[in-house]
Amino acid sequence: MEITAIYYLLPALIMFCCGVYGFITRKNMIAMLVSLELMLNAVDINFVVFNRYLYPEQTEGMFFTLFAIAIAAAETALAIAIIINIFRAVRNIDVRSLNEMKF
Amino acid sequence: MDYSQFLAMKQEIALLVVFLLVFLYDTFMPKSTQKALPGVATVLMLVATAAGFCCQCFGSSCATTAFAGMYETSAVIAAIKGILNVGVVIVLLQSISWANGEQMLMRRGEFYELLLVTLFGMYLMISARHFLLFIIGLESASLPLAAMVALDKNRYESHEAAVKYMLTAVFSSAIFMMGLSFVYGLTGSLYFEKIYFALTGQMSIMLVMALAFVIAGVGFKLSLVPFHLWTADVYQGAPTSVTSYLSVISKGAAAFAFLVILCQVFGSLYSQVWEWMLYALIILTITVGNLFAIRQRNMKRFLAFSSISQAGYIMLGVIAFNAMGMAAMMYYILVYIFSNLAAFGVIGAIEHATGKVSMDDYNGLYRTNPRLSVAMMLAMFSLAGIPPFAGFFSKFFIFTGAINQGSVAIYVLVLIALINTIVSLYYYLLVVKAMFISDEECQIPSFRSTCSERLGLWITVAGILALGIVSFFYSSLLELSEVSSMNMYFIG
Repeated sequence: MEITAIYYLLPALIMFCCGVYGFITRKNMIAMLVSLELMLNAVDINFVVFNRYLYPEQTEGMFFTLFAIAIAAAETALAIAIIINIFRAVRNIDVRSLNEMKF
Repeated sequence: MDYSQFLAMKQEIALLVVFLLVFLYDTFMPKSTQKALPGVATVLMLVATAAGFCCQCFGSSCATTAFAGMYETSAVIAAIKGILNVGVVIVLLQSISWANGEQMLMRRGEFYELLLVTLFGMYLMISARHFLLFIIGLESASLPLAAMVALDKNRYESHEAAVKYMLTAVFSSAIFMMGLSFVYGLTGSLYFEKIYFALTGQMSIMLVMALAFVIAGVGFKLSLVPFHLWTADVYQGAPTSVTSYLSVISKGAAAFAFLVILCQVFGSLYSQVWEWMLYALIILTITVGNLFAIRQRNMKRFLAFSSISQAGYIMLGVIAFNAMGMAAMMYYILVYIFSNLAAFGVIGAIEHATGKVSMDDYNGLYRTNPRLSVAMMLAMFSLAGIPPFAGFFSKFFIFTGAINQGSVAIYVLVLIALINTIVSLYYYLLVVKAMFISDEECQIPSFRSTCSERLGLWITVAGILALGIVSFFYSSLLELSEVSSMNMYFIG
């Protein structure tokens, strides 16, 4: 059996949807962050697969992935810093406790 | 590699110099001189802005690309960057007294450094002609902003706002990048130009999905309506200076970048796909923004919803899809910067003096602080679009630009926007009514705002009065747009 692009794209799509689902349903901020990482990684897989299977003569997608990984790392670092700040302020990291401002 | 192509990035280099000088000043100057840092940053930014305009007046205005076509600058792009620069100077001017306050003692430098870095990111967003550079610009424009929102460490709301901003920003950029991966899979390139030619005549479900993801991703940054839920909370929680920056500069840059992406990348799909997506978004944005603004009592939340509906009007310049629409959009951003910054200047001055931000606290403000109330009234009139002020002309030109597109659907859209302008009059005038007519026992006492706040307000009020009457601004923007290289996409 030959492994074609679809065998990579489907898991990436499932990962992306899991990420969206997790981001919406999870109440713990760290879990939401993990869901966001899933989404970003699904994007990375997509880029690499498209590059490798459809346009093997160039490396644009691979480079985009490298930059995307670095950006995702920066995002995580900043998000964790903000979550630690929140933890200091309210002593937990449940998003339901952040409901001072609404409507 | 040819290093002379760095010279194409004149405005970026100027901004980088400003950033480095502020950074060095913050790091190495003795503690006794630190109090001058906000003033130094403002003056440096002013010099950079003036230098940018001089360059534009006397330099060549033809489009230049650098780095194998990844970066492009032209007269129009330089003009929109100049407009953003002017806005940043006013924001910096208004933030001086806040930055010199007690609680900002340790973090004064950070505010200015982060602000300049985000501005650099916005420059890249506007100039990028390759999606890699665009993503880097987008992220460096939105990540430091999250840190700026969280700057007010002693206030709980600031943290809550920062979390909300951070999570939605990352979520939106993940969606945006998913859309990009579809585009890459379809076309095999990330250059705007190559994608444009590869997409011409193409139509598939995947393409529509990609476009929807891209529009959703940028829509989050612009706070268009189904993606607007973070806006009010973030605007309310962030320090007022950061809110004013977020609402005018960040929105203006994102709007122009959105125009560039939709025209230069997906221009061939205008009438098939994204005209209708944008059509629905604009109606929703203007209407929902207006309806929610009516019931707000907190001034910052109120202006958040007002800025949501203003973003809908700005998008009319994109859906117009012609040179006049682009000129009107840039002019709208310029006027919006002045009107909104006047409103935020008053709010910031009152918050700084008394700590009050609720609309009910503004009752009877005219009796105690007549000048501030007049400035606020002019800002509200301009935002609502009452004739002699600049806001009327910007709305007029953006409606005209949209109508020039010609289809019946756009006429209906402009009609809906017009009706919404009338709705918006109601809530803008609520503020005026509170200040001039309502009477209250415990009104805000008479106070004298600081020198920098007053200077900022004078500049914005002068802008509100002059921008509409002096035709130079709009006519030169129209001239620039009509000869810009983006016109070839409009016709196509």
